[in-house]
Amino acid sequence: MSAAFFYALAGAGLFSIGLHALLAHRHLLRKILAINVMGSGVFLVLAAMATRNGIAIPDPVPHAMIITGIVVAVAATALALVLMLKLTAETGQAVLPGRKKEDNP
Amino acid sequence: MDIPWAVMLIVLPLAAGLMAFVWPRVAQTLVLCCSLAIALAVAGLALQLWHHGVFHHALGGWEAPLGIGLYADGLSLVLLTATALVGMGVSVYASAYFTLDDAHHFWPIWLFLLAALNALFLSADLFNLYVTLELMGLAAVALTALSGGRDALAGAVRYLFATLSGSLAYLLGVALLYHAFGSVDMATLAGRMTPVPAAWAALGLMSAGLLLKTALFPLHFWLPPAHASAPSPVSAVLSALVIKASFYILLRLWIMLFGPFAGDGVAALLGGMGTAAIVWGSVQALRQTRLKLLVAYSTVAQIGYLFLAFPLAAAAWNAAAVLVLSHALAKSAMFLAAGNLLHFGGHDRIADLDRVVQRLPLSAFAFALAGVSLMGLPPSGGFIGKWLLLEAALAQGRWDLAAVMLLGGLLAAAYVFKVLGHAFTQAAVTHEPTAVPARMEWAALLLACSAILLGFTATPLLSLLEIGAPFGGSGP
Repeated sequence: MSAAFFYALAGAGLFSIGLHALLAHRHLLRKILAINVMGSGVFLVLAAMATRNGIAIPDPVPHAMIITGIVVAVAATALALVLMLKLTAETGQAVLPGRKKEDNP
Repeated sequence: MDIPWAVMLIVLPLAAGLMAFVWPRVAQTLVLCCSLAIALAVAGLALQLWHHGVFHHALGGWEAPLGIGLYADGLSLVLLTATALVGMGVSVYASAYFTLDDAHHFWPIWLFLLAALNALFLSADLFNLYVTLELMGLAAVALTALSGGRDALAGAVRYLFATLSGSLAYLLGVALLYHAFGSVDMATLAGRMTPVPAAWAALGLMSAGLLLKTALFPLHFWLPPAHASAPSPVSAVLSALVIKASFYILLRLWIMLFGPFAGDGVAALLGGMGTAAIVWGSVQALRQTRLKLLVAYSTVAQIGYLFLAFPLAAAAWNAAAVLVLSHALAKSAMFLAAGNLLHFGGHDRIADLDRVVQRLPLSAFAFALAGVSLMGLPPSGGFIGKWLLLEAALAQGRWDLAAVMLLGGLLAAAYVFKVLGHAFTQAAVTHEPTAVPARMEWAALLLACSAILLGFTATPLLSLLEIGAPFGGSGP
């Protein structure tokens, strides 16, 4: 059991916690944060797995992937926040409205 | 003369998108020229593949283990063709659909979406597929939210969460594969795959993520609200192309990496979900009272057909590829035609469609033609795809799958005729019609016609699909 393995396990745990929060919470800001926690979990797994088979020098490729992933996560979070604000302005609360109304044009 | 058509397919829409953002005045001209140029480049790429076989390109001269590789074979070509044809139709349609203010937002995002789709279909490594998947997803969500309004925003938010969690699950799978086999290049991985636990975990994570993004039953919950509340040209693109992109990745992964060791159990599970999607989607479509929701549920059903190919394996891959192309053309035509009816009457309640066959004949005809392809009647492209699938099912004695295909066809006929029935009659409440620009009618009709014409070009299409033997196990 290496340290890297524990980091990877922690990453997988973060991913699961994030996924749970995404499904369990109604407030959109919490959902957005949950997505970010999931992302951090994936990045932690990538970083941990850069040390392979006990070689001292870590593999730089997963690190490059993390940086790309962070850029994507920032863009996605910005888009999600804008959508949240617009939805709040439209409905008065930052939760997803139920799907009841079928007949409004 | 060797022109790198594949690179142009990515660079052109990306550059045009930036320019459309900076100079909104020329955006429309730019988009129309760009979508034409994309179609020409796809034709150029097709010729290139036809003469020289598969296309490889190492970006910046960096070869596979370190650099990003582009790759094109018959399967990529079919998806690129779908993108180019639907892209042209939607660009023409959108040039008349949006008000000036909305158009300024639409054009750049639309070009970015085209660039992301083209790049996705040309990517040869798993991580680049992740990046293009995210680019595509973010552009698609932004387009969904474009019309503002409560329904569109809620649909977009739901869609965003589904697409982001799907991509993250996929990325986690990529991380596991990289750790286990030391590469993200698909061809390299294909040679190194062994059924270790990490590979199984990656199979589960990546499939779950991609199935969520493809909206296969029961992971389709986000699709109807997003596709039905988006502006019509956007609905057309989402249903025709965006969900096909994640299906394309899944198909590639399955054929090259996971299929050989995953075995019949997983394939049967995917086939079962496909069956459920066909039945559930069709029944839901039949129950809808709103036209765009009906068309959206029809997409849920038609996705099911693509997954029937998994239990049939090698014999049915080309059927799935033909179905992807024919559904892209037919469904975009259907959403555009539905958009015309919505624009014309100011509503999309099916029961209140008022004699649209006489008053809007081209759009009603486009809807009917697209319906013919969805039902799988000859001579349409949908017929060829479903026929190939049926043939594979019968050859392997899978009568259950054959029965589902026929049932799906009947249900599709039922929901298409439900709409057409109301289109002929006079509604109880008549309304003042709004004129529909000719371009919007013709864009829908031409796409529907191409879905039908696809049925006549089956032979060359199938031989194009053979380039690089994407289904033969070799691949990138």
